[in-house]
Amino acid sequence: MDEKKRNEAYNKYVKAKIPKTRPWPSLFNSFWIGGLICCLGQGINDLILLWFPNMAEQTAWAYTLIVLIFLASFLTGIGVYDRIGKFAGGGTIVPITGFSNSITSPALEFKHEGIIYGLCVKMFTIAGPVIVVGIVSSILVGLVYLFI
Amino acid sequence: MYYLWVFLIGGAICAIGELLIIKTNITSARILVTFVLVGVLLEAFGIFDPIAEFARAGVNVPIVGFGASLAKGAIGAVKSRGLIGAFTGGLEATAAGIAAAVGFAFLFGLIFHSRTKK
Repeated sequence: MDEKKRNEAYNKYVKAKIPKTRPWPSLFNSFWIGGLICCLGQGINDLILLWFPNMAEQTAWAYTLIVLIFLASFLTGIGVYDRIGKFAGGGTIVPITGFSNSITSPALEFKHEGIIYGLCVKMFTIAGPVIVVGIVSSILVGLVYLFI
Repeated sequence: MYYLWVFLIGGAICAIGELLIIKTNITSARILVTFVLVGVLLEAFGIFDPIAEFARAGVNVPIVGFGASLAKGAIGAVKSRGLIGAFTGGLEATAAGIAAAVGFAFLFGLIFHSRTKK
């Protein structure tokens, strides 16, 4: 069998083996779980502003995100977040909690390779590109605004 | 009643992410990068704030909010401090989130053990 045919057969085999996610239920799940996480964030933000009415709006949002990041990181540590993630897909990836999960999860997984080369390095396997793209684009936006 | 908007818009953004995953088999790193970029662009064109006014956490909690505050920080700092602002503004505005995510990941990484691979 020549190479091309073999590759075709292999691709067909892989396609057959990939678990099929039925689109509508998974879209629905990520919708309501993602929405719920956002509502949780809004609730935390409202509580902070209720307790500290003089706090600047931006500071209150920063605290809100810190609380959400803490919760997601903790839930990842005890193995709960990934279980929700299997069910919710995009609903747990897209919110800031997913960013937190994407840092904590590889940190845990690669800890056995050492604190520096495992935990500290692998922490940024997913967050790294996110931070790089974010910083580079924010510099570009800043430069554009400097000249207009 | 603004919780309804928070829920609907936040949910819709997450569903768009899920749709991308289903249609293109995109990895979660790509999803996050894409949404951060979308957030930066929305803020740069001044579209983000009008949406955030009624959607609140619905756009601030998804990672697009992270992108938007990167851009907002850079724009604000450029206006008040000039060139140096383009370099300092983005990270200044998002420092809390990044520091929290890294700090808690380090802490819980030390405390807990991986449960997925055993």
